[in-house]
Amino acid sequence: MTDTASATAGIRVTTSPRVSYRAAFWGLMVRDTKVLSRSLTQFLLRTVIQPFLFVFVFLYVFPNIGAGIHGPGVASFGTVLLPGLVAVAIMFQGIQAVGLPLVNEFAQTREIEDRVMAPLPTNMVAFEKILFGAMQSALAAVLVFPMVLFFPNSNVHPHVNPVLLVAEIIVACLSAGALGLAIGTGWNPRQVPLIFSLIVIPITFLGCIYYPWASLHTIRWLQIVILVNPLVYVSEGLRGAITPNLQHMPWPVSLGVLILIGAGLAWLGMRGFRKRVLG
Amino acid sequence: MAADAAVVVEKLSKHYRGPPPVDAVKSIDLEVARGEIFGLLGPNGAGKTTTVGMCTTRVVPTAGRVTVDGVDVRADPPGARGRIGVVTQFNTLDRSCTVFENLKYHCRYFGMNHRDAKARAAELLDTFRLADRADANVMALSGGMAQRLQVARSIAHRPVVLFLDEPTSGLDPQSRIALWEVLGALHDEGTTVILTTHYMEEADRLCDRLAIIDYGEILVMGTPDQLKRQVGVETVVTLTLDGDREGAVKALSVVAGVDRTEIVEGEVLVYLAEREGPLPAVVQAALAFGLVDLALTEPTLETVFIQLTGRALRD
Repeated sequence: MTDTASATAGIRVTTSPRVSYRAAFWGLMVRDTKVLSRSLTQFLLRTVIQPFLFVFVFLYVFPNIGAGIHGPGVASFGTVLLPGLVAVAIMFQGIQAVGLPLVNEFAQTREIEDRVMAPLPTNMVAFEKILFGAMQSALAAVLVFPMVLFFPNSNVHPHVNPVLLVAEIIVACLSAGALGLAIGTGWNPRQVPLIFSLIVIPITFLGCIYYPWASLHTIRWLQIVILVNPLVYVSEGLRGAITPNLQHMPWPVSLGVLILIGAGLAWLGMRGFRKRVLG
Repeated sequence: MAADAAVVVEKLSKHYRGPPPVDAVKSIDLEVARGEIFGLLGPNGAGKTTTVGMCTTRVVPTAGRVTVDGVDVRADPPGARGRIGVVTQFNTLDRSCTVFENLKYHCRYFGMNHRDAKARAAELLDTFRLADRADANVMALSGGMAQRLQVARSIAHRPVVLFLDEPTSGLDPQSRIALWEVLGALHDEGTTVILTTHYMEEADRLCDRLAIIDYGEILVMGTPDQLKRQVGVETVVTLTLDGDREGAVKALSVVAGVDRTEIVEGEVLVYLAEREGPLPAVVQAALAFGLVDLALTEPTLETVFIQLTGRALRD
């Protein structure tokens, strides 16, 4: 029996931890990509419909009924909306692609256990969630950007700073994934409606999507209170990268604070993840 | 510690702060040799699942140490996970994936490349008679098939030790027997298997050795035969009585050849040191207490458990 046993043990591929972690991490990414590709239609619908309705109502319906909204100064409202809608698409992808599915996996299906038992540190399983969520956020940004830009009558005049745009998008997407992880590990299915009323709606309406942060100076208290909202820094950062002629926070501020918030959310999410999977 | 032990558990404890605070596992020690099928037998809530959880990196011990194939589970969880396969009590199949993909991606997590993972998945589907369901969603599988797939997945990366937590709980008899056959085959191949169960027939039939566990402590450990012999009786007579059971116990305990008597869950158990000799006298005595029915059995692991705890094992 000893011979057979040692033979069985010998079959196992023994590699260095770093190589095996990398292989396992890659395996998780491949699995998630496959699952996403299967539900691509669903992904497209949930990504595109909301921003489409925004531009449709604000840039088509309102002007046509004589209730047009203008941006500050001479800027068109489309110019204000473009970075804002890209920002909200990025942020929501984190909640929809990472947060809500995790809430269910932890509470009901327990299927996450298989991936938790893969031979890599639990933190890396959690980070894979953030990273894959970030990739979906980036995809959402790529879809929403041209849709708003080329919407008839949008009248947007972007002056894109490509390097800053890429940096802002990377940090924003990772932060969105981290927000999703923090929500997914911190809330239970009964609280899902609350996620919408307490998180989704407030961060959207108070996320500097429809107005630059600087234009809030007339309501000073609100301008200060919404600084806790990560979406503010995403919108303002993207504004600086896409439509810098509109007022925006200086990029080191928006990017810097977003990195801090993202890191905080990632820490919270990973801690929550470990708590949920380890007894 | 034996050099060739597959799993070594030393002074392992788990305390849950609660409320209410619970000492789920109290300083247990055990050692499982390579190639052995080892069982943890005990009632629900005995601490079996917590013990397996600590051995498989899912539960952090309060104290103590577990090594699997020489790897300290607490110090190197990923290293330990690479050496073990786990089947939990719950269906943890990936519901977003097909039967085939569940196996394929599991192999990818454990470092196989795309081609090897596909080949291994196909091989397992054949072995576990799931090939015709390869493209089915796992939600469409029957309980027995889902469990077969979970076992197939757990051994896909050829683990040194396979842990199964209540693997046949909730399965129909046919699926249960099919799973026993699978475990028998794995045993023949030399895989070390640790399983928890509250079915004594299962423990008796499958395990080379087992530990009986209750309230987080190991009460006794040995081969099924050793444990049954340790009871020191040849036959157990189970009497169903209409009359005064307490009185019957007193009367029966003085019958020649009776080792001892006790009441367990409303029935009077009479332990005989020899097989047949004292039986007529036992029946004679029992008649006075309204004997309704009687059954003769050899001592089972249930007998061992009752003797150790005064309770029946079944839930």
